Amino acid sequence: MSLLTVTDLRTWFHTRNGVYRAVDGISFSVERGETLGIVGESGSGKSVTCYSIMGLIPSPPGRIESGTAMFDGVDLLHCTPRQARSIRGKRVAMIFQDPMTSLNPYLRISEQLIEPLLIHEKISRRDALVRALAMLEAVGINDAAKRLHLYPHEFSGGMRQRVMIAMALITKPELLIADEPTTALDVTVQAQILELIKKMQLELGMAVIFITHDLGVVSGLCDRVQVMYGGRIVETADTRTLFYSPKHPYTRALQRSIPSMQPKGTELFTIPGMPPDLSKPMPGCSFAPRCEYAVERCRVETPQLAAVSPTHAQACLRVQAGEI
Amino acid sequence: MPDTILQLTDVRTHFPIYAGFVRKKHVGTVKAVDGVTLSVRRGEVLGLVGESGCGKSTLARTIMQLVPTTGGTVVLNGKNLSDCTARELLAVRRGMQMVFQDPYASLNPRMTVYATLAEPLLVHGVCPPANVPARVAELMKTVGLSPQFLQKYPHEFSGGQRQRIAIARALALEPKIIIADEPVSALDVSIQAQILNLLSQLCRKMNLSLIFIAHDLSVVKHISDRVAVMYLGKIVELGLAADVIDHPRHPYTRALVSAIPTPNPDVERSRQRIVLAGDPPSPINPPAGCAFHPRCPYAQPKCQLAVPPLIADGPTREVACIRLDEI
Repeated sequence: MSLLTVTDLRTWFHTRNGVYRAVDGISFSVERGETLGIVGESGSGKSVTCYSIMGLIPSPPGRIESGTAMFDGVDLLHCTPRQARSIRGKRVAMIFQDPMTSLNPYLRISEQLIEPLLIHEKISRRDALVRALAMLEAVGINDAAKRLHLYPHEFSGGMRQRVMIAMALITKPELLIADEPTTALDVTVQAQILELIKKMQLELGMAVIFITHDLGVVSGLCDRVQVMYGGRIVETADTRTLFYSPKHPYTRALQRSIPSMQPKGTELFTIPGMPPDLSKPMPGCSFAPRCEYAVERCRVETPQLAAVSPTHAQACLRVQAGEI
Repeated sequence: MPDTILQLTDVRTHFPIYAGFVRKKHVGTVKAVDGVTLSVRRGEVLGLVGESGCGKSTLARTIMQLVPTTGGTVVLNGKNLSDCTARELLAVRRGMQMVFQDPYASLNPRMTVYATLAEPLLVHGVCPPANVPARVAELMKTVGLSPQFLQKYPHEFSGGQRQRIAIARALALEPKIIIADEPVSALDVSIQAQILNLLSQLCRKMNLSLIFIAHDLSVVKHISDRVAVMYLGKIVELGLAADVIDHPRHPYTRALVSAIPTPNPDVERSRQRIVLAGDPPSPINPPAGCAFHPRCPYAQPKCQLAVPPLIADGPTREVACIRLDEI
């Protein structure tokens, strides 16, 4: 059985300007120990998906309209707050993009590190501090004993991200959700953090959901990738298949617009137009207005994910019909 | 060289640090830019890369004379900018313009697009007031926006469109050189490509020089003719874009190149990555000798003795590493 199974999740935001369908009917699952990449541009719904699972959607305006997220037999979207608390932060942990805003600037690192332990486990402060120290060393912070009692502002960006990872992993979660954890970092530091996540995953045997817009990061880290556009999953496959034989026009276009994939001196391939306005739901495929293959049918019929092979599914009507 | 448009010679920008509230005491210096010598030719795109804090943005601001230089000279079109009076500077600035990273912050939210684009024209008096509307409309077309958006405000545009407006504003005075400080970092991949295409088209069409600052090496490789790699206020490697990025020579450039994840799973999983330990050191008390030696996998005791100069390595290449022939 999968560790996490999300079925038909819809998260909408009811604002004064209309209803934003940030996530609009997505289903996916994560196996134990596997790394799933979620790729998409800003506004594609990749973060909202994970915030929904973690119960972090501000409500109002956000509302989970439908769907279930079964984690080891418990529906995270509909369980009692007590049940949710026993899973969130202990068995499912999350790290965020910006380590400066997600650490509490008023509390010492030590306080923040032991908090999940004190909440979720019967442990004394002293033992918790010992665990915190060991964890800081495990994530590669030099002089951990000296730095344990510092404040977040005394760390650099990369170190703060290490502290965040330590905080998330201290309860030995089974699933780690990483929401663009390296976007705010320099490439050299990004390489360090990616290595660290890989190493910790191997040690703890946890599953990872890795959200990013960088296809390069996904290619080295993830077992499986799903591509999101306009609140829906447009393609999902194992990493090699997705990179070497993508089927959906959006995945192909996304791949072709990466500068490093194109010969120097040529005009870069671009996807015309702009991402869809999610407050104005339209019939048909949300990528149709920007798609070079779109025909009349694409603007009328809403495409559904259909399997190409057992590990590969995509949602393009024309690919499904065998036309492209 | 006659076709050199911008010449930097040993440019230094230092910021003093003071401690104390009432009686300020000088306690140290941040050497943000520390001895940069660089030239940009007419119509050339020069990429400037480095980690955050290496001084690339400060260098851009120094060239624009937005921060005072501590030493060295910036010569634009034969004119030494550090000797200019304020009045002369105004005239000189017509020749160089800047595009900033965040198009959400660099446009005035209370000014319509028309007002934003007309302001430089009026301030510098480049065209008679009667011709301003026509010129503004032309600028909009140059950057691929419809003139019918002129009465809109910045918040009504997407990030990519805003960056186009910022580029139009920079072009308004027909500059010789544009300095773009991370112009695509805040944009999505598909929008990035559009802006990059626009910038390289403009450079070709108008014979513009461009200093393109970024931390994304693949973007820089695509758009630049030459690339300069900065580390802690100094240039460590300089050469043709494809050479520097495909065959890096300086240990820092090698590490930087190997840190970029490639969108190719087979390559990505099999390659050897040089993962640098630690963060870039502080520019307040930079390490002695070569500033990179504490993180360098090839460092030897002699690297701590003297600051390595940029040495020519072939006709188009300069590298600052004393162990270049040994590694």
